[in-house]
Amino acid sequence: MAEPFKHISAGKKDGIIRIDFVERNILDELNIHQIGVELAKAIESQTNPKVVVVFGNVEHMSSAAYGTLMKFQERIKVCTGQLRLCEMKPRLYEGFVITKLNRLFTIVEDYQAAVDSFK
Amino acid sequence: MTTPAPAFRCDLTLRELRAGIERVQTDVEAALGAHGYDEGAKFAMRLALEEAVVNGFRHGNRSDPNKVVFFRADIDGARAWFEIEDQGPGFDPRTIPDPTEDENLEIPSGRGVMLIKAYMTEVEYVKPGNKLRMTYRKPAA
Repeated sequence: MAEPFKHISAGKKDGIIRIDFVERNILDELNIHQIGVELAKAIESQTNPKVVVVFGNVEHMSSAAYGTLMKFQERIKVCTGQLRLCEMKPRLYEGFVITKLNRLFTIVEDYQAAVDSFK
Repeated sequence: MTTPAPAFRCDLTLRELRAGIERVQTDVEAALGAHGYDEGAKFAMRLALEEAVVNGFRHGNRSDPNKVVFFRADIDGARAWFEIEDQGPGFDPRTIPDPTEDENLEIPSGRGVMLIKAYMTEVEYVKPGNKLRMTYRKPAA
């Protein structure tokens, strides 16, 4: 996981993979596709990965990005891992509520809550 | 007493997706700022415009580089009106599966129109379905 990414930063500590987005706006379809590729690489060859995706930097996200996150969660499930999303700004979270994707993802307040939720 | 800003009107032909969206967002954001729309309203319209223009290019025009998307706007202090028209055959919005139904929840697409309807006050597809009109009305103070 030392591989540098363009759209995300990823690191593993205490058995948990933390992923942050670099950009404030996740809108462009080409970028979203590349994000999907980078997310997949971040958990490559991991077994039972515990993954936290941190949205603290993100202001805007289009519906195309939901699909990428859904595919990422599927990929994690195949590896019998777990995914948490956290640090969403209220307006970003509202989009997940409107589309009811808050039922599909486990969304928690902050990184520590995500870590605690794995115990 | 301050004089209200004149209504903002534009009629653009968008030839390329990302450059088109950036032009639209820049112009609209400036107009919304001049007419006193708050950050929540700007967020809502930014997202709705992103989804609408992307749908016009991707689903309406099916990414055909020879086709364009027409964008029209009329913004004043009370409401912001937008029309996005693609050159595709149109569609019946009632045929889009509801992505919030349990059986569709895991389908990774189809949420753009839902976000547009949630964030805008009025949304109308004009037959044959290649023209979207949407309005955001500023809540009464």
